[in-house]
Amino acid sequence: MTLNRRQFIGTSAAMATVLSAPMVKAQGKPRVVVVGGGAGGATAARYLAKDSKGGIDVTLVEPTRKYYTCFFSNLYLGGFKEIEDIGHTYGGLAAGGVNVVHDWAVGVDRAAKTVSLAGGVSVPYDKLILSPGIDFVDGAVDGWGLSAQNAMPHAYKAGSQSELLKAQLQAMPEGGVFAMVAPPNPYRCPPGPYERVSMVAHFLKQNNPTAKIIVADPKPKFSKMSLFQEGWANHYEGMVDWIGEDFGGGNVSVDPAAMTVTIDGEETKVDVCNVIPAMKAGRIAELAGVTDGNWAPVNAADMSTKADADVYVLGDAASQGDMPKSGYSANSQAKVCANAVRGALTGSKVFPAKFANTCWSLIASNDGVKVGATYEATPEKIAKVDGFISQTGESADLRKATYEESEGWYTGITTDMLG
Amino acid sequence: MRLFGIIFVIAAVAISSAAVADDFGDPAAGEQVYRQCKSCHQVGDGAKHRIGPHLNGIFGRQAASHDGFRYSKALSRAGTSGLEWHADTLDAFLENPKAIASGTRMSFPGLKKPKDRLDLIAYLRAFSDNPANIPEADPTASPTDHDIDPAILALKGDPEYGEYLSSECTTCHQTSGGDDGIPSIVLWPEEDFVLAMHAYKNKKRSHPVMQMMAGRLNAEEIAALAAYFAGLEE
Ligand SMILES: Cc1cc2nc3c(=O)[nH]c(=O)nc-3n(C[C@H](O)[C@H](O)[C@H](O)COP(=O)(O)OP(=O)(O)OC[C@H]3O[C@@H](n4cnc5c(N)ncnc54)[C@H](O)[C@@H]3O)c2cc1C
Repeated sequence: MTLNRRQFIGTSAAMATVLSAPMVKAQGKPRVVVVGGGAGGATAARYLAKDSKGGIDVTLVEPTRKYYTCFFSNLYLGGFKEIEDIGHTYGGLAAGGVNVVHDWAVGVDRAAKTVSLAGGVSVPYDKLILSPGIDFVDGAVDGWGLSAQNAMPHAYKAGSQSELLKAQLQAMPEGGVFAMVAPPNPYRCPPGPYERVSMVAHFLKQNNPTAKIIVADPKPKFSKMSLFQEGWANHYEGMVDWIGEDFGGGNVSVDPAAMTVTIDGEETKVDVCNVIPAMKAGRIAELAGVTDGNWAPVNAADMSTKADADVYVLGDAASQGDMPKSGYSANSQAKVCANAVRGALTGSKVFPAKFANTCWSLIASNDGVKVGATYEATPEKIAKVDGFISQTGESADLRKATYEESEGWYTGITTDMLG
Repeated sequence: MRLFGIIFVIAAVAISSAAVADDFGDPAAGEQVYRQCKSCHQVGDGAKHRIGPHLNGIFGRQAASHDGFRYSKALSRAGTSGLEWHADTLDAFLENPKAIASGTRMSFPGLKKPKDRLDLIAYLRAFSDNPANIPEADPTASPTDHDIDPAILALKGDPEYGEYLSSECTTCHQTSGGDDGIPSIVLWPEEDFVLAMHAYKNKKRSHPVMQMMAGRLNAEEIAALAAYFAGLEE
């Protein structure tokens, strides 16, 4: 039996009947299984199917039917986007020849080279690509656990968590307090928490101008710090109180039942609390046995894991060197990986790895900033080659153009990922 | 060996375009050259926008910054990302307008002789606010030849390599040709593409992301990209 797109796109019930056999039989074509249909996984699946022109059997395992991008989810909080603007289906990938299976991968047998799915089947692979994104480190924030994510949302995986945080923001009493517990390094999207502070401030300035924002941060400094601080002073004067490591920002506990946050011994009653805990690779990477500590170490030339040459890890879950954990990075790594995997399986030409990243952030209406760099593969790691960052004091025209660029990038990358 | 030659040329171009002017043009000769501009541009007392914007006070001005003139998207973008008119940038633009702003509506092939550009710039200099002869004012001259070595333009790119490299471009630029916020790059003539990429590489074009991306591509890689994009079907 082959993994046919029609059969797999159906419901999981239909899938169970189609796949009554516990193991899908091998056939002539080389098989790649991709776990996780986000920035890394969707891109890898799409490029493999597209560039091999049907020569590789590509299966994408992704539980959700709609992928909500974390990128631009802060703009949704700020009121610049609707939730449906950031939701994308997998129809384009299926049309491009990828077998899209909506299920969870629950285990990897590296000796047998199979991935087992929650639905009960196991899918064989010649090459396995994992791009599961992040999970949270247990006990990272005193008092917080996944069971508290409804009271104190993380909204660091987009979708229902983003909607929940937005609803809480809208329901804040006049002059209320919005608290954020920021994560330690390394974590997904280094400017993400601070773009979020900006977007929350933008929303509050318009709807609840006497409200306050407190940020408890375990770090002494953060990405694009001077740009954000300049923006907060210009647009949201007196609204944002950032408490860094030096002032006890790392010494935090929360009480989700009482809705209190205690920073360096001082307890505050808050109305909304956005807890963004320390992160680690999505759990399937650990289950596959390719992690070392919290992340999966990979070889820079092709994103194969140090643990297993036939298992690749992309995006946030990988420990690769200098690239920040971003959607742009994951997409860039996926293309290098797809080129190498296709070469290994079909003998096509493998070109040298080139990586790049740019992260745009929105501070206020038409006030966009960006940071970016290019990278290359060295024997040790993905190493930075060259980079740039927006400057403080730039003209309003330039900031507006930068924001418009980010809109163009969003359309570009989502099309590049999902077809 | 050929590759070595190319790299050398690129280095030479980069250095010379940054060099400080030491040679001044002849405004009288420039007035003769200016005849070619007259059908579209006015300069001097009472000059108004015509097909092109008037050229009074152009030195030190951000590109595409007259309120009353409708510029191409390409030139407006170049302006917001930092292009200002000085002797060196005017020189590069006048040599080949499309190398600096590919979609500019200034349909003028360019002045190929460095001396013509030098003279024209000296002539235009007289219509800008600061006298040309005070030291802190904009220098009038920058007699360099920015032309890309014909050997670079003649390189035949490998479209397969170009396709792989293009995946770096398509993170932002849409292959559908959509151009909201980020310009379209499909179906360009190969030569325009190569000129534009080398202009970023040599930092004559001002966008930081593009300077960075083009900066690490060698001449053969740029040729490969040009070959691939030129052959894309819409
Ligand atoms: C608020 C915020 C703002 C951001 N802004 C930007 C930005 O402006 N620019 C930028 O470049 N990046 C941004 N990012 C970062 C970006 O979203 C991530 O870096 C990127 O999504 C990482 O891609 P990935 O493929 O590693 O993981 P993801 O995109 O998270 O994809 C992982 C996928 O794997 C699936 N999955 C997980 N486990 C399994 C399993 N066991 N079986 C099957 N499927 C599984 C998940 O359902 C998910 O769809 C932002 C992030 C946040 C939180």
